[in-house]
Amino acid sequence: MVGVKSIPSPAISSDDRSHEVDHPSSQVARFGADQPLRLDCGVDLTPFQIAYQTYGELNADRSNAVLICHALTGDQHVANVHPVTGKPGWWETLVGPGRPLDPGRYFIICSNVIGGCMGSTGPASLNPATGKVWGLDFPVITIPDMVRAQAMLVDRLGIDTLFAVVGGSMGGMQVLQWTAAYPGRVYSALAIACATRHSAQNIAFHELGRQAVMADPDWHNGRYADQGIHPHRGLAVARMAAHITYLSDAALHRKFGRRMQDRELPTFSFDADFQVESYLRYQGSSFVERFDANSYLYLTRAMDYFDIAADHGGVLAKAFAGIQTRFCVVSFTSDWLFPTSESRALVHALNASSARVSFAEIETDRGHDAFLLDVPEFLDISRAFLQSAGKARGLTGKND
Amino acid sequence: MSVQEALPLGGLSAEQSGHFRADHLLVAGMVKAGSKVLDVGCGEGDLLQLLETRGIDGRGIELSREGVNRCVAKGLAVVQGDADTDLVNYPDDAFDYVILSQTLQATRQPKVVLENLLRIGRRAIVSFPNFGFWKMRLQLLIGGHMPRTENLPATWYDTANIHFCTIKDFVELCDAIDVKMERAVALDLYGRPIPLNLPWWVWNMFGEQGVFLLTRGGGK
Repeated sequence: MVGVKSIPSPAISSDDRSHEVDHPSSQVARFGADQPLRLDCGVDLTPFQIAYQTYGELNADRSNAVLICHALTGDQHVANVHPVTGKPGWWETLVGPGRPLDPGRYFIICSNVIGGCMGSTGPASLNPATGKVWGLDFPVITIPDMVRAQAMLVDRLGIDTLFAVVGGSMGGMQVLQWTAAYPGRVYSALAIACATRHSAQNIAFHELGRQAVMADPDWHNGRYADQGIHPHRGLAVARMAAHITYLSDAALHRKFGRRMQDRELPTFSFDADFQVESYLRYQGSSFVERFDANSYLYLTRAMDYFDIAADHGGVLAKAFAGIQTRFCVVSFTSDWLFPTSESRALVHALNASSARVSFAEIETDRGHDAFLLDVPEFLDISRAFLQSAGKARGLTGKND
Repeated sequence: MSVQEALPLGGLSAEQSGHFRADHLLVAGMVKAGSKVLDVGCGEGDLLQLLETRGIDGRGIELSREGVNRCVAKGLAVVQGDADTDLVNYPDDAFDYVILSQTLQATRQPKVVLENLLRIGRRAIVSFPNFGFWKMRLQLLIGGHMPRTENLPATWYDTANIHFCTIKDFVELCDAIDVKMERAVALDLYGRPIPLNLPWWVWNMFGEQGVFLLTRGGGK
């Protein structure tokens, strides 16, 4: 008989995850009926809440605020231990004492996106109208909706102009949406490994992930929460497929090659003989511990719909006409999910709009995920850009 | 007379001038204050920095990643790109001046690049090493090998410079594509301008490099 082991069940109970949805280990900004969130789909979302973390202190001029926008499966826990997984913050290479974004210098804000599952209102939250989890009754959200919600949070914090908006991947899309929607409120923008629209290939990968979730019998048309279950197998497969797109052929080869996992010879089964299989299964099963399946559907959809040019009569440069924001655009040579050509198209549009833009392509074999990793050249350029913008903004800090 | 004396730059002391290359000082002197400039092949951003001290809004394109990183570290707005392929993406009249400093000879299509400079910018400033310089001629004539100088030290097989020209060649190209020369300066081996009243062949023989301020011609 051929041995088969499927993806293991998550080690952390879904209770930990679902507790964070409504009672996050973060600060929460609540917006009542008087302040609905106007969604692109035409629905007013109310009431809603945004969970966020802050690091550092806002200065007297309120001029040192930095907003970090997280990627698809990220959250607000940028630089602190994650309340569910116990792992360090997801961007501690960039954020922390002595790092390019030093809380001793900046007031750093990161909020969970609307539609997320770490405390901001999303499909895993309770729908006050029914007393049940929203599930697929939650309205479809877009990148502009996420940014609109962030702007309401920034207003709530009493900040008019952000010194910088920073993000990679889906976070980079939010950075670009911030500059297009609120050009006067963004002094500088650091957009990493992103694009002004989602490509057909990327939509295709997202569709693959969504179909994997929906094919899991535990998904129950999105109403799994009512039965206290979670389609963890479908979501894990979605994550495994997506994770491949975050790496590169060269990085996978370097990390795993064809090496076997705890064995010398093939087992002639569908067990995880290869290290790369074992690694992917681990990635899948650890992801489902902290992420809600419906949230994954909604957030991938938001990325699919993103197309700044389409929102500006098909001309990308129009989105940035007359903008005063200082831009820094960064791409990575081995990123095939958001290839350099996408960043170049953005830079061309910014040039055409006379925007002040710097652009660097960083040489690395680590693929799309490079922005989250310790890639010194990327961190150096981020530091240099933020420091020079800080100087122009008149920010002084202990690093000067 | 040194180039610094010949081309006094407002707001820059003689000591500060000493930090900058002679051709950069000459180029900076050709740019009106308050204008918008694109420096194509901006290297490590020395010229852009000089321009910014003069209140000029400067942007750069640079091929090498190291160069871009150093520029960004200096707070300059520089994008990684290639003069041969990326200039087409800039709109018409986007800049008051487009500068191509010591880069023309390294482009694949100097003529197309020059045409693009004057499409993007209302004026272009181009400087390049003069291959008609007497030392070059002498090395080829007497030595029988491709010339190498202090400013152009690479051997023929590893140089990035694939389209050398003389001042005379460049002037002919400008005529051919209807480009008008507003100012032309040849710098000698010591970075000193060669007096204007001397004939072209003197420039072509004794100019180590040429610096030209160009505008679009009126059509023929």
